[in-house]
Amino acid sequence: MNELAIETAREGDVAQMNMIQAINSALDIMMERDPDVVVMGEDVGYFGGVFRATAGLQQKYGKNRVFDTPITECGIIGVAVGMGAYGLRPVPEIQFADYIYPALDQLVSEAARLRYRSAGEFIAPMTVRSPFGGGIFGGQTHSQSPEGIFTHVSGVKTVIPATPYDAKGLLIAAIEDNDPTLFFEPKRIYNGPFDGHYDTPAVSWAGHPQAQVPTGYYRVPLGQARTVRAGEALTILCYGTMVHVAENTVAAMGVDAEIVDLRTLVPLDIEAVEASVKKTGRCLIIHEATRTSGFGSELSALVQERCFYHLEAPVERVTGFDTPYPHSLEWAYFPGPVRIREAINKIMKD
Amino acid sequence: MSDRAGPDAGEGMAGRNLPTLKLHVPEPKFRPGDSVDFSDFDIPAAGATPRPDEAVQPGAIRDMAYGLIRVLDEEGAAVGPWNPGLPAETLLRMLRAMALTRAFDARMFRAQRQGKTSFYMKSTGEEAVSIGAALALARDDMCFPSYRQQGILIARGWPIVDMMNQIYSNKGDRLKGRQLPIMYSAREAGFFSISGNLTTQYPQAVGWAMASAAKGDTRIAATWCGEGSTAEGDFHSACTFASVYRAPVIMNIVNNQWAISSFSGFAGAEATTFAARAVGYGIAGLRVDGNDVLAVHAATRWAADRARSNAGPTLIEHFTYRVEGHSTSDDPGAYRSAEESSLWPLGDPIARLKQHCIRLGIWDEDRHAAMDKELAELVRDAAREAEKNGILGHGLHHPMESMFEDVFEEMPWHLREQEQQMLDEWKAAGL
Repeated sequence: MNELAIETAREGDVAQMNMIQAINSALDIMMERDPDVVVMGEDVGYFGGVFRATAGLQQKYGKNRVFDTPITECGIIGVAVGMGAYGLRPVPEIQFADYIYPALDQLVSEAARLRYRSAGEFIAPMTVRSPFGGGIFGGQTHSQSPEGIFTHVSGVKTVIPATPYDAKGLLIAAIEDNDPTLFFEPKRIYNGPFDGHYDTPAVSWAGHPQAQVPTGYYRVPLGQARTVRAGEALTILCYGTMVHVAENTVAAMGVDAEIVDLRTLVPLDIEAVEASVKKTGRCLIIHEATRTSGFGSELSALVQERCFYHLEAPVERVTGFDTPYPHSLEWAYFPGPVRIREAINKIMKD
Repeated sequence: MSDRAGPDAGEGMAGRNLPTLKLHVPEPKFRPGDSVDFSDFDIPAAGATPRPDEAVQPGAIRDMAYGLIRVLDEEGAAVGPWNPGLPAETLLRMLRAMALTRAFDARMFRAQRQGKTSFYMKSTGEEAVSIGAALALARDDMCFPSYRQQGILIARGWPIVDMMNQIYSNKGDRLKGRQLPIMYSAREAGFFSISGNLTTQYPQAVGWAMASAAKGDTRIAATWCGEGSTAEGDFHSACTFASVYRAPVIMNIVNNQWAISSFSGFAGAEATTFAARAVGYGIAGLRVDGNDVLAVHAATRWAADRARSNAGPTLIEHFTYRVEGHSTSDDPGAYRSAEESSLWPLGDPIARLKQHCIRLGIWDEDRHAAMDKELAELVRDAAREAEKNGILGHGLHHPMESMFEDVFEEMPWHLREQEQQMLDEWKAAGL
């Protein structure tokens, strides 16, 4: 059971971790440091989660702090609001982001507004972990990217890591944050940095610099983007799995793109976005979520508002199509290297 | 309130000699490596449960929600007032449908392991729940199943090649390769499109039944969910609507003891039965041995007759066991004792009906072995037939542009534009 058992870390130690291990390590460290941190969700206890992210935690911290829940997402989030009101710091898991919709009322009407409506008397310091995104032939109920629904809601933060290092540091920062945070985990890259070529053998995180993860406590602050690759030709704004697809496509094309991994969508690192686009004068936005009213729409508007006189070409978006995620046509749907290359060519033509 | 509030009302309890509160977190009896002992398992005798009139008031049969309707006894005899007294032809049809479902599951599970598709879910050990019910309903009654009721389609004679095409997501898939394997839809078979989300079908079934009643129709609806998903809000919304409008609906809870790794205690089984959910809503509740296909048939027929005579909805708990993993994605050996399924006190539904048929003199071991062999060949041949239409990920799928169809009845400009963009990009890339 305890294949991911975490060794007690010495300051300064670094270990090779995939994203699951990094998330497991963040949970372990926060449970160790703060007795008010509790982990809850479907299958997270004895079994350690369907993706193994909570493996070993129940054994180590007991059932009062790591427990399975009934299959009711509204219940899970509602209970987390109540636990937060008591003073705990819940880290509920929604097994797939596609299952989050029954919890919308508790997230949107309750958790997100509790601080506001009680003028700070009550808060909901929860971090909702949820695997999201496609690329595993999960069909329309195990592939969705609903982050844009939550970035539209005032009062919740939305965080999406793209590497094991960021996953751990961002998760620790999210748990310590006193506001409700949605922490969407790109499940396609749990085990390796998928570059969009589904027909080539999968690679693991082994050897990837961002998979060298400190075993102890550290934070990656919320609201700070990461420049994955500095460049002059154009800016690519992306997050999650698409960071790696963008990186690989840019390398294959030999184009001098600046790739910005947003890491936190709300609150957005607007300074990083603005500085990069003003420098390059061209902007491509990539996400896997559907296009209309997706987070790319917000990014596009912000770039337009703040960088208009620096733009040398219209802002482009490469996104999932406005259809449900199809099962057999998964790779036609996935915004992969073909579509990114075409978009870059189009931007660079002007 | 005032007479109950003492002088301390509103003040803290600190300093008083109170017990420390304790959180109860359920724990199953057996975990991996444990020896399984079901000796304290209380099995009511077959035939012991009385059969009330179909028009009975729910309040008068509350105890049935805590009992267990059983027809087949340990010797394979059908006994008691719930014995549906089915003709030999129906019994053998049931037996064949259950055996075909099991053979189909075995073949498709292997196909997934061979990389021919992404996912599969078996119903091994639970065949009686779907097939007993399907044969007790009218062919035009509407079913709103969960993902483990493939037996309904098989009992209704739906072509298994069509089901396999869906599982392979190939060019022969009527659902255009859009849905995860086993998320069938078969309107002609009265089988509603399966969702991957849990218990969403419950209020939908109630709505269909309300519509049928509002229109003065004669057809009823039936729906299924697992015991784990009774925790979802949709389950409770459905019960409220069904009760309020006395909807002609049968709501089935398939209590197979496990929801992936969570045992039924995480849905409330330590406190009461699932059939007892009916009591609070004022709905008739029955609890049935789900591995006894005759009991499932009889309870379903009772509930169907009740619904058809405007006497209201019925909630039926089918007490059974999930012999295999939740799906091809989990290993049950990681969270439960491997002994559980073989020692399950209510036995195997196919073996029990087989024993009954042999006892009646309408069946024998040789014919059973011959049937199993024939069905294994039938599903093998059907799989070969379906594979001619392609397997997942090998190019024989619906055309790329089919992705944009059926989002709306008429395709709006933005989808037309996205479709064209996709085709142009793939063309430019030489694909």
